[in-house]
Amino acid sequence: MFYRETGQFKTSYAADQQIFPVAQDRYAVLAFVAVAFFVVPFAVSDYTFQAVLIPFLIMALAALGLNILVGYCGQISLGTGAFMAVGAYAAYNLQARIEGMPLILALIGGGLMAMVFGVVFGLPSLRIRGLYLAVATLAAQFFMDWLTSRAAWVTNNSSSGSVSAGPLSILGWKIDTPVEKYLLCLGILCLLALAAKNLVRGAIGREWMAMRDMDVAAAVIGIRPTYAKLSAFAVSSFIVGVAGALWGFVHLGAWEPAAFSLDRSLQLLFMIIIGGLGSIVGSLFGAAFFVLLPLLLNQVPHWLGLPLSTATATYLEHMIFGALIVFFLIVEPHGLAKLWATARQKLRLWPFPH
Amino acid sequence: MTFKQVALAAALVAAGIGGLAAAPAAQAQEQFVPLLVYRTGQFAPLGIPWADGKQDYLKLVNAKGGVNGVKIAYEECETAYDTAKGVECYERLKGKGGGAAGFDPQSTGITFAVTDKAPGDKMPIITTGYGLSQSADGKVFEWNFPLLGNYWTAADSIIQDILKKEKGSLKGKKIALVYHDSPYGKEPIPLLQKRAAKEGFDLTLLPVTAPGVEQKSTWLQIRQQRPDYVLLWSAGVMTPTAIREAQATGYPREKMYAIWWAGSDHDVKDIGAGAKGYQTVTIHNTAERDKVHDEVKAQVYDKGQGTASDPKELGAMAHTRGMVISMLQVEAIRTAQEKYGKGKVMTSEQVRWGLENLNLTQERLNELGFGKIIRPVKTSCDNHLGTDWSRIAQWDGSKWTVVSDWYQADKSMVDPLVKEYAEKYAKEKNVKTRSCTP
Repeated sequence: MFYRETGQFKTSYAADQQIFPVAQDRYAVLAFVAVAFFVVPFAVSDYTFQAVLIPFLIMALAALGLNILVGYCGQISLGTGAFMAVGAYAAYNLQARIEGMPLILALIGGGLMAMVFGVVFGLPSLRIRGLYLAVATLAAQFFMDWLTSRAAWVTNNSSSGSVSAGPLSILGWKIDTPVEKYLLCLGILCLLALAAKNLVRGAIGREWMAMRDMDVAAAVIGIRPTYAKLSAFAVSSFIVGVAGALWGFVHLGAWEPAAFSLDRSLQLLFMIIIGGLGSIVGSLFGAAFFVLLPLLLNQVPHWLGLPLSTATATYLEHMIFGALIVFFLIVEPHGLAKLWATARQKLRLWPFPH
Repeated sequence: MTFKQVALAAALVAAGIGGLAAAPAAQAQEQFVPLLVYRTGQFAPLGIPWADGKQDYLKLVNAKGGVNGVKIAYEECETAYDTAKGVECYERLKGKGGGAAGFDPQSTGITFAVTDKAPGDKMPIITTGYGLSQSADGKVFEWNFPLLGNYWTAADSIIQDILKKEKGSLKGKKIALVYHDSPYGKEPIPLLQKRAAKEGFDLTLLPVTAPGVEQKSTWLQIRQQRPDYVLLWSAGVMTPTAIREAQATGYPREKMYAIWWAGSDHDVKDIGAGAKGYQTVTIHNTAERDKVHDEVKAQVYDKGQGTASDPKELGAMAHTRGMVISMLQVEAIRTAQEKYGKGKVMTSEQVRWGLENLNLTQERLNELGFGKIIRPVKTSCDNHLGTDWSRIAQWDGSKWTVVSDWYQADKSMVDPLVKEYAEKYAKEKNVKTRSCTP
């Protein structure tokens, strides 16, 4: 009833091609972002910021980056944790070695380093694809695991191999409270998500999707596979690298190589599969599913006052979480984003479906 | 029944239970002690007795009437030795019950992460026998307390024991460090390098990738190089694997020295005679049994309230260490109460004062039932470690026996390192060094 586009006429190409052509969508998203920026900072507790929202935002950013590579360009990658690690360690080194390095430049530098790394490890994608490529990207993961724990210069000769970020500040804005950290992450996520959305809508995004759907046909119609694939690796790694730097600097503060282990790569891959491959909003859904649900499941026995031992509660959490993954994949193999799209479609006809 | 009905019924039941559980809230004054534990994951074999020990001692304190009448409330949070989960647990529990009375993160990685947050939250971090070795310097690390010892003191004590065996000279000897490839395993390296330079022995570093169930290549290297001694910095599932590999390669177990986290009953029990001769360094004298064990047995386990599923765990080294950690925290609360008001709930800042002014004399330790386990400990503004002591215990195939005298780390070795690394940390993190002269 309320959600229909009747009467919304497009009189220019620009109006027809905007990100949210339906006015209701546009207003809803703007309202949502406004709430995230202006209401949430006053409404929730520090715990929610530190343990729920900040990890969610950063994971969403990483999932978004990975989705460009896997969902849009069809190149399966198991090296996301490594790309995050490159971003984090590069940002750390920039900050530790250059006196007075601005945080923003360190973050961007981390992203750029990850981009170079991603392109190098994306080279095999020119010859191999599918599961074989996934195994090749696994090499990136093992290489980073090795480098971060073996090469002393990566950790600035830290005796324990653990590094910690210095104080955060941007142009005199000292970021030390949870709210400020949240706003920083939210701002970066919004900027990069907007950029990513515009990229995938444009010519380059179409090239990626053509590559994903059938690379031979894409090459025949004049799309350069080298350029398309490597650009996907570059953009994806950049975003993932920035996410990695944020994960280290903002969320953990101090980290060890295990923070970016293979588990992290797999977790991110599952996020976008559950959330929806080839969908920006799907990355957000997937990250929410993976960050929020375990926390919720973990707290439920406490709220109910069930006298479960800590270990039992943890195992239960794992079991229920696993069952839910299977459930959602059976109900909607195309991820939560597809569920959302179906809901929207239904909503257009509500309350008088055919 | 349709899906809808099932869901509705489930929701109603859940709401009902929730309503019941909400009733017994708002209790009298209680001091909240958060317990970060790992009862799952690769370190679970170590984490379970440790966590049980921590909780058992708190139960004993409550059974005896609390700290000057203030009962201890506690809640466990599972970290699975994962830094991100540990940070979440820290955030979840730090404000609970009127503010937590300090954290024992049980992991070097989590310690690093929460050390950053501690000054902002005014939260003491107690890392008995682990954590950042340089945090012994209270001038830089106002909120960290690596009480009783750290990896540098442990490594130094082990080297002293080896020196004794080798009649004072290690020239030309080869010592290998087999370590868990994580901040935990790497901590002793700076001290060992310094010692190697001084004593003239060869130090070989052999990292083992986590979780440490694959060590074939490591022990092959040991077989080729035949080091005179092997130091083992492992934990959890890595330890039994290492001992079995030593057995398989024929490396003498009595030439092996393990850090305390790799030296508890669960590490060697299943191997039994195969681990005979295996040695571990102990924090103070945690291989000992004392009055506190009997009290926990009588007042907690005999009443069916024990945390461990098997009362035999009582007296296992990892369990005793857990109790020692809880005891130190409770004594810090007690010390704080003496200054800020007996029978009151202390804030985290007051507990920090208590930790910094801890003075456990022999009489007090005897009274607590720890007289044989711990030697007197005194902390101060610039010394957050207190007093480090250790001994070497050896597995004789069925039980641990203490085989060495007491060792104390060589101050001329450890102190300059603490100073150097603390200064480096202060510079990197822009921490203002506080002055300890009043």
